[in-house]
Amino acid sequence: MEKNIRCIVAKPGLDGHDRGAKVISRGLRDAGLEVIYTGLHQTADDIVESVVQEDPDVLLLSILSGAHTILFPEIMKKFKEEGINDVLILGGGIIPDEDIAKMKEVGISEIFGPGTKIQEIVDYIKSHLKR
Amino acid sequence: MESSIKSSKIDLDIYNLIEKMRKGDRRAVARLITKVENGGPEVSKQIIKEIYPETGKSFIIGITGSPGSGKSTLTNQIASEYLKKGLKISIIAVDPTSPFSGGALLGDRIRMKSNFTNKNLFIRSMANRGKLGGLAMATKEAIHIFDAYGSDIIIVETVGVGQSEIDIFKSAHTTLVIMPPGMGDEIQAIKAGITEITDIFVVNKMDRNEADKRVNELETMLDIAENIVVDQKNHNIRIIKSNKWRPPVIKTNAISGENVPELIELIESHREFSKTTGLKNKKLAYRYKHYVVDIIQYFQNKDIERLIFSNPKINEFIDQILSYKTGSDPYSISEMILELFSKRYFS
Repeated sequence: MEKNIRCIVAKPGLDGHDRGAKVISRGLRDAGLEVIYTGLHQTADDIVESVVQEDPDVLLLSILSGAHTILFPEIMKKFKEEGINDVLILGGGIIPDEDIAKMKEVGISEIFGPGTKIQEIVDYIKSHLKR
Repeated sequence: MESSIKSSKIDLDIYNLIEKMRKGDRRAVARLITKVENGGPEVSKQIIKEIYPETGKSFIIGITGSPGSGKSTLTNQIASEYLKKGLKISIIAVDPTSPFSGGALLGDRIRMKSNFTNKNLFIRSMANRGKLGGLAMATKEAIHIFDAYGSDIIIVETVGVGQSEIDIFKSAHTTLVIMPPGMGDEIQAIKAGITEITDIFVVNKMDRNEADKRVNELETMLDIAENIVVDQKNHNIRIIKSNKWRPPVIKTNAISGENVPELIELIESHREFSKTTGLKNKKLAYRYKHYVVDIIQYFQNKDIERLIFSNPKINEFIDQILSYKTGSDPYSISEMILELFSKRYFS
């Protein structure tokens, strides 16, 4: 039997647009993954605490507000402080190309922008799980 | 013959996690639950054997009801009330697995955002992974883990249920059934099923017009049920039907929190009632009887499969089935195998 992959889909910050996050959640579900959607307006602490409790294999952060340059590093810092290093962390939403390298530097494994096929994300997850 | 239930000792990895949990490490708690979810009874038995003496202290509240009735929102309100008292709360929120993709979308956490960072609260979402009955396979084990972790209260929220998902009753000390107004009539209410396992009825969304009508229907149903004399020899019915406790019906508004403190009072009075009348122990005995049967069935099945399929004699029996003669049908052959089995023919 294939391992059940658990994911959290989270919306950090004040961004109120979660249609994309819902599409991703539903798409991953249809691909056979277990998806925990935590809703809008999550602080870095909310997200880290959800990861601690739910013990997911993957965390998908969706952001369209432009605050990723602040929020992604903050979230990653908190993961480091908690000693969490076996969760695959992905980003999505509106992330300008010139920011992608910076996001990867702080530990986001990959960024998926608009137009990404769900299957692409699923394949990426399955081949990059950290445990 | 060595039974598979006895083999294998505890993995060092699991033992270390339990040791960390004993020191209050929340990630270890989460990882142990992942282990029981993915590892099945083989892993569960290692964990439960180790932590069992540390369990039996938590008060377990079951919350069930139809989809969209407000279970998650109300769960969050109940948790908030108990958190105010400084208690340690754990929530297990079960949602359904898609029977087609095997995936699941677990959305109960969204309703519990207000308490995310409270260190006295631990929320765990769980997909039922095809298990019928309203809970997941690993829910019982997760309850024991949260119990050993030192939770004062464990709230178990089932998947949105219909009429006969009653597994929660085997796990909870006090079971709440949430009913929204405007669904069905009194015939639905007396049909039984989840109404039989209810300790407290909650008519949520009390701001809606039909809430009072719903309360009346439930009270009518309870009036009818109260006047029926049950067969006291039937042990199962005696457990679900205690003539000293008439399930109260309360209206709530889970979004505003109206009547939630009153609901907590009802929960506490049922808790006290169960303790003083011995109902709690009766329920526990019922719970563990089923738990033990489940475990025995699982390991027995594995033993039977192992012994039958590893024995070349099985092929002779299968050949007989293929002859399509009287007495060679699968039932007769199974009876023959069972008979041999009970004589330890295969051992």
